[in-house]
Amino acid sequence: MTNLLEFQRRVAGAVMSPLNRSISAEANQLVKPNDRLTSTERLNIYHRQYWYRILDSFNEDFPGLCSILGERAFERLSRAYLADCPSQSFTLRNLGSRLATWLTEHPEFAGQHFALAIDMIRLEWAHIDAFDSAERKALGPEDLLELGPELRLALQPYVRLLALRYPVDDLRVQLNQHLNEHGAASNAVSRPARRHIVRRFARLKPQPIFLAVHRVDFTVYYRRLDADEFRLLESFGEGQSIGQALDSALAGTEFEPAELQQKIQTWFANWAQLGWLSSRPS
Amino acid sequence: MPANRFNGQTDFGIGIGLRVPHYQHILERRPVVDWFEIISENYMLDGGRPLAILDRILEQYRVVQHGVSMYFGSAEPLNREHLRRLKALVKRTKTPWLTDHLCWGSVDGRYTHDLLPMPYTFEAAEITARKVREARDFLEVPIAVENVSSYAEFHISEMTEWEFLNEVVEGADCGILLDVNNIYVSSQNHGFDPYDYLNGVPAERVAQIHIAGHSKFEKYILDTHDHPVLDPVWKLYEHAIRRVGPTATLLEWDDRIPSFDEVHAEARKAEQFIGIPVVVSQ
Repeated sequence: MTNLLEFQRRVAGAVMSPLNRSISAEANQLVKPNDRLTSTERLNIYHRQYWYRILDSFNEDFPGLCSILGERAFERLSRAYLADCPSQSFTLRNLGSRLATWLTEHPEFAGQHFALAIDMIRLEWAHIDAFDSAERKALGPEDLLELGPELRLALQPYVRLLALRYPVDDLRVQLNQHLNEHGAASNAVSRPARRHIVRRFARLKPQPIFLAVHRVDFTVYYRRLDADEFRLLESFGEGQSIGQALDSALAGTEFEPAELQQKIQTWFANWAQLGWLSSRPS
Repeated sequence: MPANRFNGQTDFGIGIGLRVPHYQHILERRPVVDWFEIISENYMLDGGRPLAILDRILEQYRVVQHGVSMYFGSAEPLNREHLRRLKALVKRTKTPWLTDHLCWGSVDGRYTHDLLPMPYTFEAAEITARKVREARDFLEVPIAVENVSSYAEFHISEMTEWEFLNEVVEGADCGILLDVNNIYVSSQNHGFDPYDYLNGVPAERVAQIHIAGHSKFEKYILDTHDHPVLDPVWKLYEHAIRRVGPTATLLEWDDRIPSFDEVHAEARKAEQFIGIPVVVSQ
């Protein structure tokens, strides 16, 4: 082990330690004081900057979760999660990648809103993924004419499929509208207005939905799907051929054969128009 | 010495940082700007709006990549996934040279997302120089390292910051992105003469210069990039130009970003210094 590695472990340990923890012992051993600041005060500049930076970024990524939990509970959750799951990526974009798993192991941070919070986290993480994931050459309506049962299709990498217990898409859209009307700085939203949103979110009743989070012209949208449509798309994503996917995904369908035939045609036409399908990469 | 092997033998003039609030202005009005600097990490993505915007910018402007998370000074090896994504972006932008900071910020795979100051030791200089060489060999583009602003000094340091900079750039045979605002901020925080620093820099290795604004607090100065350039920094810039000659110069403005025209006008103040005679040191 190098001296540099050991030194950096000690400094990073202090900088990334929880905000309420004293870093004086490490600071005094590692950092020189000057005529204006003690060793602790100098290292504290980095300590505070670290937490402000990652909390700001986290807050930007999960405004819906914040509205469900309320600001205080959200801050408690943020600090606990980021202490347990510090960034492992060169980009802050991935800061929330482990949040759903972590909250499942620490449900006490969401209290009675656990199921709703998990759904919102899945939606908000899918939103981040849909924004900047890759786009492959899409199959257009003319390509559909040549589809055979053996062909394997792929979903665009930017399309995320979610089966949710709560209609959190409506909540997130309402919140976006509210934030747009009051400026992007969500913390600047008046407290009564925010409390109103929190109350509305807390009252939400379960209502299972199937959702595609996708983008059009670089803007992310949420699109509700029929259960059969969702299962069919999932099957394509798993690598099944068109024939296999139709058999497995639609085995328990409630539609009559003629109606189902019409539905399938409509779905494929919509997917082609949206550019969701592509050839499976070799 | 505007063109040298560390900036790809180019003679770029005054540039500004490409920032999201200015996208629309730039794409619609096509202002005359010599070049843009981009934050590499903002475009190391698989798809989506950022890359689409970048491609439109690249059709009309020269772009240089500036990174914030390569962490040449971290004791751990370079992140191969980071390098792979960075190389893909280098091919896209055709950046004539590439810059990142002379700092560290990650340890054991955990990222602080900060530009932490180095301990100025010979061991750290050797490790850092080796990593710069490895990155350059992989990326196949000249690299220049930027001096950071800092708020702490370490007991284990064995030399001044500018001596450390010399050790690294000689060991790596790389260029320097000379940030005169950072020199000023650190000089005030640590009590050294910023002109000693400037005079200690190997002029022939300076590939590019950064200028920016900062914020004064009661006991220290913070490098905030949210103000116009202050007079002491312009004086340092004038001195730097006398030493190294007219050099590609970039204004950084990253927070409380004003209109494009205001940022551009601030950057163009540097033009008055570009033509001043170079003082050849004995």
